[in-house]
Amino acid sequence: MQNNDTTSARRVEGAGVDHRVIEGVPSALSIRDFNLWYGDFQALKHITLEIPKNRATAFIGPSGCGKSTLLRTFNRMCDFVESVRTEGTIEFDGRDIFKTDPNALRVYVGMVFQHPNPFPMSIRDNILYGPKRMGKLSRAEADEIVERCLTRAALWDEVKDKLDHSGLSLSGGQQQRLCIARALATDPSVLLMDEPTSALDPISTGVVEELMQQLSEDHTVVVVTHNMQQATRVADKTAFFYLGELVEAGPTKEIFSHPKEKLTNDYLTGRFS
Amino acid sequence: MAKLMPKRSLENVGLTVTGLCIALVALVVVTLIVMVAQQGLATFLQDGVDFWSFISGGNWIPEDGRFGALPLIVGSFSVTLLSTVFALPVALGSAIFVVEVAPGFGRRVFQPLVELLVGIPSVVYGVLGLSVVNAAMRAIFGEAAGTGAGILSGAIVLAVMILPTVTTLSIDALDAVPNEYREGSYALGCTRWQTVWHVVLKSALPSLMTAVILGMTRAFGETLAVQMVIGGVERSMPTGLLDPAATLTTALTSGLSNATTGSVQYHALWSLGLLLLAMSLVFIAVIHLIGKKGAKKRG
Repeated sequence: MQNNDTTSARRVEGAGVDHRVIEGVPSALSIRDFNLWYGDFQALKHITLEIPKNRATAFIGPSGCGKSTLLRTFNRMCDFVESVRTEGTIEFDGRDIFKTDPNALRVYVGMVFQHPNPFPMSIRDNILYGPKRMGKLSRAEADEIVERCLTRAALWDEVKDKLDHSGLSLSGGQQQRLCIARALATDPSVLLMDEPTSALDPISTGVVEELMQQLSEDHTVVVVTHNMQQATRVADKTAFFYLGELVEAGPTKEIFSHPKEKLTNDYLTGRFS
Repeated sequence: MAKLMPKRSLENVGLTVTGLCIALVALVVVTLIVMVAQQGLATFLQDGVDFWSFISGGNWIPEDGRFGALPLIVGSFSVTLLSTVFALPVALGSAIFVVEVAPGFGRRVFQPLVELLVGIPSVVYGVLGLSVVNAAMRAIFGEAAGTGAGILSGAIVLAVMILPTVTTLSIDALDAVPNEYREGSYALGCTRWQTVWHVVLKSALPSLMTAVILGMTRAFGETLAVQMVIGGVERSMPTGLLDPAATLTTALTSGLSNATTGSVQYHALWSLGLLLLAMSLVFIAVIHLIGKKGAKKRG
């Protein structure tokens, strides 16, 4: 913890600052006074934040600041961690996510992981994995889903002739796009991305970033990133976390050009990381 | 330079010692195979027993010069397959519980318990089988079971014996499935059992098959415990699961006391040994094949 009187004074009051300046955009996710503990360790403190619908939101901050934890709470992947405890509410489309069935929630709130994790099965079966669990599909429906999702993930042209090849035979960047396509197959309205490009080369990173922008036209995209340039390139809104607290959130341009908090400014200018 | 000399001699010693170890193991393997093959083939080449009638003949009566090993082959395969059928669901079920449901309890309590089963000598299994399984057969099937000794009893005893091998290897197989696959499946809204069935078991399949085949190899080669519960009838073909029978291993053991060295009966026993050796080579080849295929699939 840095000795910074103004920020610590503000923190005592609790909730971080969320400048809700993207006007007229409803929220996909509303986080209100949210706290999360791993055992005795409080990983998230009094988070209050709005995630705008059909926009891209970036979570930035140094390692261990809680940004991934918060992301994994949105689809309740945090449930799998032992001794996790939460307080406060997170609403998705107006409903408390902790009062909904997590499996149903995850159909609408998809996730892409840091390391591409296609299943050891064909490209086609990877895409159809989610839809097949929800009910029987005719051959035509299945074909339609596969083509639509792969096209949406900018992968169709590269794999259309080898849909029966293993998903693991693709390059890293292609695998990550396959995972994006797989997440799209259940038709989610929110896509959570946990450092989706940190394991990729620069060219693949560029492709995935472009994809994130396109997807945010009709999906709510939330991306955790260590790469501040990435946040400026893809995100409409940026939230900066530090030591489990939300320091500042607002339109990306504003956060990067006129941060209101000294801590944000220090982080953005590389005074600490 | 002088200082380097001892080092160089150490290099040489190391190379020589490890090289000798390899040579010794290779020598043992080669000698063993040559010896078994030579003695086993003598039945056909020297004593003039027809190989085809050895493989397909239905009566094993060495003292009359009838060397039809088919009842023994059938016995071996039926107890092996049957014991696998009994053991596999239990082994797989408990492995799934240990890895997917209660890793803490499973690792701490269940696995040591199962591994304890490995250490029990086969003769103990035999005695237990004789007094418990055979009695149970008599109680359940009555007259039809005879003394209770038979293929079914042998298979049940073997199932318990191979259970720890198959369970432990299945646990390792499921454990080796990357957690990312599970996360990926959960993130798509799948339940735990959908995840287990469609992702975990599917991607662990090659290793699970290896587990099964290693269990089968053990069942195929087990002698003492089987001999105590199977009834030891070598003369003719078993007609049902309750029939007393014999396996390649039990016939080999019980025949040894009656055969004089160099006789055709003696050679015929070696032929059984050769058959067993060939079968275990097949099992090992299958395991390698699965491993190679799995590696290819993983790209």
